[in-house]
Amino acid sequence: MQQFVNITLNGLSQGAIYAAFALALVLIWRATRIINFAQGAMAMFTTYLALPLIESGQSYWAGFAAALVAGLVLGALVERIVMRPVEGGPELNAVIVTLGLFIALQALAAILFGATFQSFPAPFGLRGFTVGEFTIAFTPFSVFVIGSVLVVMLALTALFRFTDLGLRMRASAFSQEVSRLLGVRVGRMLTLGWAFAAVVGSLAGLLIAGGNLVHPAYMDAVIVYGFVAAVLGGLESPGGAVAGGLIIGLALSYVSGYLGSELVTLAALGILVAVLLVRPRGLFTRVAERRV
Amino acid sequence: MAEHGGALEIRGLSARYGPVTALDAVDITASPGRITAVLGANGAGKTTLLRTISGLVKGADGSVLLGGRDLTGAPAETIARAGIAHVPEGRGVITELTVEENLRLGELLGTARRGSRNREHRLGTVYEMFPALAQRRRREANSLSGGERQMLVIGRALLSAPEVLLLDEPSLGLAPRIVAQLFALIRDLVDREGITVLLVEQNARSALSIADTGFVLNLGRVVAAADAASLAGDADLRHAYLGF
Repeated sequence: MQQFVNITLNGLSQGAIYAAFALALVLIWRATRIINFAQGAMAMFTTYLALPLIESGQSYWAGFAAALVAGLVLGALVERIVMRPVEGGPELNAVIVTLGLFIALQALAAILFGATFQSFPAPFGLRGFTVGEFTIAFTPFSVFVIGSVLVVMLALTALFRFTDLGLRMRASAFSQEVSRLLGVRVGRMLTLGWAFAAVVGSLAGLLIAGGNLVHPAYMDAVIVYGFVAAVLGGLESPGGAVAGGLIIGLALSYVSGYLGSELVTLAALGILVAVLLVRPRGLFTRVAERRV
Repeated sequence: MAEHGGALEIRGLSARYGPVTALDAVDITASPGRITAVLGANGAGKTTLLRTISGLVKGADGSVLLGGRDLTGAPAETIARAGIAHVPEGRGVITELTVEENLRLGELLGTARRGSRNREHRLGTVYEMFPALAQRRRREANSLSGGERQMLVIGRALLSAPEVLLLDEPSLGLAPRIVAQLFALIRDLVDREGITVLLVEQNARSALSIADTGFVLNLGRVVAAADAASLAGDADLRHAYLGF
């Protein structure tokens, strides 16, 4: 019983991280119909930018804020400089460009920060809460992880549903031409979409790094799980991304806990294939069909 | 609404799709408080004309002026913000958004154009004009019929407080009774608010019945320009280009 509780709790906090990453993918998918394969590398890069700040004696939060701001800037720059030339062309071109960016950023990080493992601090305790005589696998940091992902999801939902900016962003995503005829600066909306997505991605990077070791490829596994989560959630809605993330987190945690951790990646791919075969529109979306 | 209605002047406008000349040195002036009809058969260049004016077609020669301001080659969003509202043919509704969200996009542009201090809520006036939209305000726009979609895009364009309204085939796919209502409404708006309307139509007979002035396009060239009554009375022209 204790093992089950621990595995479940662990799955939830891992799932929250996949959810944050899936949120970032969903944001860009909604705006541009592109899966941003560079999302993980971008998050890794901005997380690395926080390290020297924290190591120089600044507080964790200064580094945290710096990484998020760096994400905002990096997302905007990537859209303006790297993605803008391939927007409107075949989707495959854009996908290849994001893959190239992924490789380039990872190599650049290895050059700048070194291809070694470095420990990354956590802002809250990493010792599990105690319930009666047991210590459970749920730490103050897990609370922070789940809480911040929920806040981001609610903020994004509110942005899209209740604000003028959100309406303009959705309109641009659905119909660029009509939006432009209505005076919406579509290019600016795309830049903002990438910037917001990169902030959320940076948050995921920070949450995974907290209390762990970072190296230039530390996000690679998360890219896979976050992608599966986003597809499971239907790629369209922030709520779906979070639900997908939590489901993947739980499922992988059970696989790891009961079947063996070497099967986790296989299980993730199994879920991906199963979702695409049985319900390619994802579990939480009303859109009728999608090209995969 | 006295500030509405700059004249739209098109001077020597030419546009090409690859080797095909879609517009050939077209000169058209549309005046405030008047409906200017652009008529012609399929492929005459009518839709290209509107898409060039609103900045969707790039690389045209010639110039487009609104109230003397040169908008040639400006991006579509700048032209929309300058006060030219293009109601595209058939597919101007963002079907994934609700009816009200579509209208709010027009209202946002209107607010931006009028200045933020003058932010009156004008959605109500559109719902009064088109009660069918009021009933479906929270529904996704893809649930609307063709006529309702046409009402939606016209209502949305009006909310943007335009000086010039570019209407591309507003009668397309609508029942004659609805077309008559729609045209009466457009006429009434022009008379009341003094906006400039450039109306592109294949349905020449009903377009000329509400227009003040007409231009006839054929293969990208203006082949006739006169007041609407004399165009409608010219039997040769009607047979050659207008099909009635």
